[in-house]
Amino acid sequence: MSLKLKLNGVDHEVDAEPGTPLLWVIRDELKMTGTKFGCGVASCGACTVHVDGFPTRSCQTYIEDVEGAEITTIEAIGDTKEGAAIQQAWMELDVVQCGYCQSGQIMSAVGLLTENPKPSVEDIHDYMDGNACRCATYQRIRAGIQRASEILEG
Amino acid sequence: MNVNTSRRGFLKGAAAAGAVLVVGLRPDGALAAGGNAAQINPFVKIGADGRVIAIIKHFEKGQGPATGLSTLIAEEIGVTMDQIDYEFAPSNPEIYNNLAFGPFQGTGGSTAMSNSFLQYRTAGAAARAMILDAAASATGANAADLDIVDGMVTGAGDPAPLGQFVAAAAALEAPAEPTLKTPEQWRLIGNPDIRRLDSKIKGNGEAMFGMDVYLPNQMVAMLARPPQSGGTVASFDDTDAQAIKGFIRAATLPNNAAVAVYAENTWAAMQARDALNVEWDLTNAETRDSTRIKAEIMAALDADAEYNVLQNEPGPMDQAAQVVEQTFYFPLLAHAALEPLNCTIEANDDGGITLHDGAQMPTGPHMALSQILELPMDKVRINTMLCGGSFGRRATPSADYQVEAGLAFAITDRTRPVKLVWSREDDMRGGYYRPAFGHKVRVGLSAEGEIVAWDHRIAGQSIMKGTPFESFAVRDGVDHSSVEGVSDTPYTIPGFSVGLTDTKKATSTLWWRSVGHTHTAYAMEVMMDMAAKAAGRDPVEFRLAHLGDSADAQRKAAVLRLAAEKGNWGDAPAGRVQGIAVHKSFGSFVAEVVEISGNADDGVQIEKVTCAVDCGIAVNPDVIKAQIEGGVGYGIGHVMRDEITLTGGVVDQYNFPDYEPLRMRDIGAIETHIIPSAEPPTGIGEPGTPPSAPALANAIAQAGPVVGVLPMINDGVSFA
Repeated sequence: MSLKLKLNGVDHEVDAEPGTPLLWVIRDELKMTGTKFGCGVASCGACTVHVDGFPTRSCQTYIEDVEGAEITTIEAIGDTKEGAAIQQAWMELDVVQCGYCQSGQIMSAVGLLTENPKPSVEDIHDYMDGNACRCATYQRIRAGIQRASEILEG
Repeated sequence: MNVNTSRRGFLKGAAAAGAVLVVGLRPDGALAAGGNAAQINPFVKIGADGRVIAIIKHFEKGQGPATGLSTLIAEEIGVTMDQIDYEFAPSNPEIYNNLAFGPFQGTGGSTAMSNSFLQYRTAGAAARAMILDAAASATGANAADLDIVDGMVTGAGDPAPLGQFVAAAAALEAPAEPTLKTPEQWRLIGNPDIRRLDSKIKGNGEAMFGMDVYLPNQMVAMLARPPQSGGTVASFDDTDAQAIKGFIRAATLPNNAAVAVYAENTWAAMQARDALNVEWDLTNAETRDSTRIKAEIMAALDADAEYNVLQNEPGPMDQAAQVVEQTFYFPLLAHAALEPLNCTIEANDDGGITLHDGAQMPTGPHMALSQILELPMDKVRINTMLCGGSFGRRATPSADYQVEAGLAFAITDRTRPVKLVWSREDDMRGGYYRPAFGHKVRVGLSAEGEIVAWDHRIAGQSIMKGTPFESFAVRDGVDHSSVEGVSDTPYTIPGFSVGLTDTKKATSTLWWRSVGHTHTAYAMEVMMDMAAKAAGRDPVEFRLAHLGDSADAQRKAAVLRLAAEKGNWGDAPAGRVQGIAVHKSFGSFVAEVVEISGNADDGVQIEKVTCAVDCGIAVNPDVIKAQIEGGVGYGIGHVMRDEITLTGGVVDQYNFPDYEPLRMRDIGAIETHIIPSAEPPTGIGEPGTPPSAPALANAIAQAGPVVGVLPMINDGVSFA
């Protein structure tokens, strides 16, 4: 069936069956590959996108449930001030290793700073708990969020 | 060769236009240079615009060779890190071989920097010498008076961009033995401010991993594999799969190992595969439970050893004033890299194929695909993509997943590209695990608290036997990877005997970040603490007393002292206790102090880890720190709560919910101190892992039990 999808401010008409995860529409149909497939069961966070501003696991989000919603992916998150700050901090601290989880980490981290510009370590742990990094870059992610918070404070 | 590490680069395709000076090596190792990258397999290319491109022969799984080898080239030429880009090398086992492996291209054993250090510097130095010779001819200056600084040729009037001279340089002969810069001249090597070259693309969605290959008209293939190791396909029924929109067809692979489902997209392939009904032939399948496998391993520790690796005259143990004894069990472990395995094969116009793959050991799939598809080697190309972690999993001697893709491609009409995709469940249940191992150790101490005897028994499934690596890893029946870290310890251990028994094959097994050291370091370092405690001595002082005058022992002692000093050993804050461990692996020495709060009964919280590392010359200090941080997390994460278990031969774990990864809250700050060194660089991807688990165990044992059975949650330890 044909569905309308608003992604990164652009309207798309996609052909997908109901029940198709948003993740696979973004990747296989729209060929936007920054959003990653890691587990398929919402336990690693690699597929995190924003739906109406909230970090959402796209592997467990049915396409028909997000018709009409504003969807943002890693490719456009740098256009937000929180996204730009996180990306700057990630580069300053060289957070990444293999990098495969980092789109999802960044999407979650932006969600955190948008809701809570000065998070405590405990706030960071709570919010980022669902984003796994098998390279264990966690302490740099933690430091990156704190650094981005400073950048935003100016 | 594609510039394929970013989406933009991938879409542009071969973007090497403008390269006018290329420097590489001939198969005999001599330098070669010229103006045509197609004629010379280069290590470096320089364009008329002055851009330098380093050709990286190792794959990038996050451990940093793209940045590291580029640093060597940039250093020798005299450009900044902003003036250099990188590409991954094509598959060519004669030119891009790993010098530690022989005529075989691949990444493993933490050798990327150590085997490339002189090679890449030499290529960079040759390019520099040729540019300076060309500049000298053009300006009438003496080449010896010229220099290249930040990409500008200096010393003959106004500084000029080096790009001005590359065309003339390309016409010159490569120097036979170019002069390398000395450590005093280094500005990039050892510079802690050098940033990773792949940070930006990995933070904005541009980075292209194997999973991100979307070729026109490609099919996605997923395989239904037998539930138990050793099973084969008897028959299948795809009636239900045919109802899935996007399903193309299903077919049994020629080796009967699986049924391939082809679909128009990934989601359709996943659904169609689930809808398949397969009858399996389990005649030769593994049917044991992991409890049985464990019992067989532990029983082997009490029987005569199959191999006496180190044999001591009997006697010293009888004279010991006291004997400390402990058994250990290490379970099967999955690598569980975040990017599920995948690769894509497409037909080329010349009748050959290209494999797009985060290829850890390109020579393996290169040979395998050449055989399966009956193509000469030069008709098989490998486009190495970024990969979302490996920890060893992408380096199977059998080229397992590339062979699957090759077979799946072979039985099509070969007009459409085939992208093989594994799900997380496929990855978790697909074998190639760190084998289960058992150790039984008895340490005899004198009345003065010195080690006088050490009997060390090891039992488990060999990783190397039956693989092409057997010839160099197995000597007199002993798989070195089963005993490394014990039999070759730098500790001075009188009365040392080591026995090994290979146990029956339970699953396919594989190296897993730090290979044998994953279990040997744990047994050695927990025993050292137990022995120190029995002797009434401080664990650091006790270890130092058993480290002699050899270079290795001294380097090991130095990291131990540094970690103890920086970690405030013996002076933990109130409410915390510390554990320490030190280990040599892959030529490097790492000591770690783990500081915890809580206890085994109420919940352990890892508060802080202080590390000291000696990996020779530290090329990229910040990458080294990152690898230690990651190595610690990988080691500790698994020993806390992870294991693969079998019931009737079927893997019990499906996905991350039952193989819980380390999470951010699990571990506090990790601090890494690097020992300054003039020794050649050694490994860094793996050496951070081995000491982490025993250091945690030793901290827990300060106020709780000695943990002999892993994961720790199976031996009475809870975590906060």
